[in-house]
Amino acid sequence: MEMPAPSASVLSRKDKIVERLRAVLPRDAVISDVSETRAYECDALTAYKCPPLCAVLPANTEEVAAVLKICHEMGVPVVPRGSGTSLAGGALPTADSVILGVAKMNAVIETNYDDRYIRVQTGRTNLSVTGAVEQNGFFYAPDPSSQLACAIAGNIAMNSGGAHCLKYGVTTNNLMGVTMVMMDGTVVEIGGAHLDAGGLDLLGLICGSEGQLGVVTEATLRILHKPEGARPVLMGYDSSEVAGQVVTDIIKAGVLPVAIEFMDRPCIEATEAFAKAGYPMCEALLIVEVEGSGDEIDYQLDLIMKIAASHNPVELRQAKDADEAGRIWLGRKSAFGAMGQINDYMCLDGTIPVSSLPFVLKRIGEMSKEFGLDVGNVFHAGDGNMHPLILFDANKPGDLELCEEFGAEILKLCVEVGGCLTGEHGVGIEKRDLMNVQFDPQDLEAQMAVKDVFDPAWLLNAAKVFPLATSQSRRAA
Amino acid sequence: MTPQSEAELAEIIAGTNGPLHITGGGTRPIGQTQGTGLSTSKMSGITLYEPGALTIVAKAGTPVAEIEAELAKENQRLAFEPMDHRGLLGTKGEPTIGGVVAANVSGPRRIAVGACRDFALGVRFVDGSGTIIKNGGRVMKNVTGYDLVKLMCGSYGTMGVLTEVSLKVLPDVETTGCVLLHGLDDATAIRAMSAALGSPFEATGVAHFPKSMHGDPVTMIRIEGFEKSVTYRADKLRDLLRSFGETSIQIGDTDDGYGSKKGWAWVRDVTAFADQPGDVWRISAKPSEAAALTAGLGANAVQYDWGGGLIWALMPDGTDLRGKLGPFDGHATLIRGKVNTPTFHPEPAPLAAITAGLREKFDPRGILNPGLMQAKPAVAA
Repeated sequence: MEMPAPSASVLSRKDKIVERLRAVLPRDAVISDVSETRAYECDALTAYKCPPLCAVLPANTEEVAAVLKICHEMGVPVVPRGSGTSLAGGALPTADSVILGVAKMNAVIETNYDDRYIRVQTGRTNLSVTGAVEQNGFFYAPDPSSQLACAIAGNIAMNSGGAHCLKYGVTTNNLMGVTMVMMDGTVVEIGGAHLDAGGLDLLGLICGSEGQLGVVTEATLRILHKPEGARPVLMGYDSSEVAGQVVTDIIKAGVLPVAIEFMDRPCIEATEAFAKAGYPMCEALLIVEVEGSGDEIDYQLDLIMKIAASHNPVELRQAKDADEAGRIWLGRKSAFGAMGQINDYMCLDGTIPVSSLPFVLKRIGEMSKEFGLDVGNVFHAGDGNMHPLILFDANKPGDLELCEEFGAEILKLCVEVGGCLTGEHGVGIEKRDLMNVQFDPQDLEAQMAVKDVFDPAWLLNAAKVFPLATSQSRRAA
Repeated sequence: MTPQSEAELAEIIAGTNGPLHITGGGTRPIGQTQGTGLSTSKMSGITLYEPGALTIVAKAGTPVAEIEAELAKENQRLAFEPMDHRGLLGTKGEPTIGGVVAANVSGPRRIAVGACRDFALGVRFVDGSGTIIKNGGRVMKNVTGYDLVKLMCGSYGTMGVLTEVSLKVLPDVETTGCVLLHGLDDATAIRAMSAALGSPFEATGVAHFPKSMHGDPVTMIRIEGFEKSVTYRADKLRDLLRSFGETSIQIGDTDDGYGSKKGWAWVRDVTAFADQPGDVWRISAKPSEAAALTAGLGANAVQYDWGGGLIWALMPDGTDLRGKLGPFDGHATLIRGKVNTPTFHPEPAPLAAITAGLREKFDPRGILNPGLMQAKPAVAA
């Protein structure tokens, strides 16, 4: 994955840049020592590393504004960073960039149960947002699997999803307002404790813009009361076609589960070896979860079980209590860890129309043989958000490149069947050069024109999202 | 002008110099603009409908009624419950799906499931230079590139002319129920609505009328789902809300009850103001501030939707409502009437600069609905 060459002019001015940043931040909030900046050299896409010029850890909106103003004046690129859990390289620095980390900004500013929102600084982790309101029975719905570590700032930048999107939506559907600092240091307030925009939906535009339009320092998030209860069922099938049909039939029957998760045989085998959740060995396993009171759950599960049973399952297991529910989820939640035990893996997240599921799984299986790399599939089936995990050996020369090539072919297939390159991880650097597969030049031009408005000098996280050749003239200007 | 295809539309826009007044079915004339009429109504038809994937794709000029009928065949629906403006605005014609998206039109269920913008998955449009652009797609989870779908949704044709939209749909429900609270004053009603929305019982419509269709104050809380579940949750909600005042429950679609389809259409379409003189304002606010906001308005009538988060105010002709409201967390739009004040809520300077910058990029010649959504009075002083 190519990154632009660092600016010699910026590198030569490092001391002056650090000095000016030190003048507006506390001493320990500016990290410039080469041994320490290494901590910021990559995010969760660890195949790519580059220590930044320096890293800053501001504590509030004013400090963020001061940092950006200086970087803007001095023409220094800035890479915003939440918790560094991006699988797409969204927080990968360049050698001439300042990493702006929001980790210190983790306060809860306001909770309001009557109006059902919480306002937080965006360095706060996803799970700790729920942690701040659960004593009152509330929760924050988007639940990316990195929720223990990932920051709201990164969730907003990538418009993160999770397992329960089918019912609750993704970040953009749960975000009510932000305080954002523009690259020139201007602070803007967008949205608030009310719903929808009075003018253009700038909030919707910012959510998912991968930290390229501004740095979001505070966010107003919608909170909901927890359901009375939730319970999953597990079902196993002999073919992914049948499992795909079950998913479609459940949705068409008018039941809206909160989650429909899918695992294929390679993934089940790895998971069983690792977590011993007692899953049946079959081609396709579904976990379907519904919510409500005890009676409501019984009623919905009864409907779902009838549909499931009519498709000749190899196994059908309903959780009767919390313990059994835990066991059903155990394997799914360990799936990534289990695959990681076998080898290094690359996790993609292309989305496809649910109807294309059997075809795409079949093609991935064929491609796995062609490339000679194993792949396991575990994903959110209700919304078509795939997660093929391609196994490779990082120590074997050429294996990473082969894996990336395989991954690119899978993503092209997703686009071909009417889907997209990324459903929840974001483009970052990982899928940047595939954007031409999904978009025509004029589509990308329209998106880049948006960045021109927010960040005319293209200083903010500029080497991401758009193919380097496509954004070249703007970045060089 | 009524282009038949996206290509023809692109040609028209590229070839024109003058301003264009863009409409779908022309049923929502909100705000003032001028220019040659350009309607998308002849670009019509459902392109793709996959009930199992909960998605529908349709050309911008497709009548909303056609889409709803097609969805009904599969027992599905547009869950954001788009309002029909014809009664309130005294317009005729056929509301189009492009118009719904362009104006981000939602209804009472917005409070539970989201607005039109939350269901909009993809768009195709022609920008002010005549370039055809697509964004988003037809899958529910998509973070590939910037979300221009949101930018287009609610931009009233000022950023481009929609040619095709793709939407997420949801299953229709078996039964609808309604818990009613009778005789509450506005402030108490809003506390009751907040209690309902802060419960686990999933209210999908929460509205309060200081003066209902029968003249008395009524607070309506809708519950939807399987019959057994609706009955259960209605009982639970009634228990929860009993301390606020007199309660009653309606289950099923009665002919003329508050909780009927007709009753909720009455809420959705602001039917109470349809044949009343005066200006109509739509205010998005923090629910807990709603009662205090309306208290000083001198309105002829108000009604609350979204648990108090959406206020409809019927004002004496020519009243500058924003002047009376003062600064607040929210925005107000003039939906009907002529007042010497902007139709859309003026933005603070830095946001207005962003908006102007975006418009300049997407419509460099300023020909798409000029004047609309801009911070100048709808009528000259």
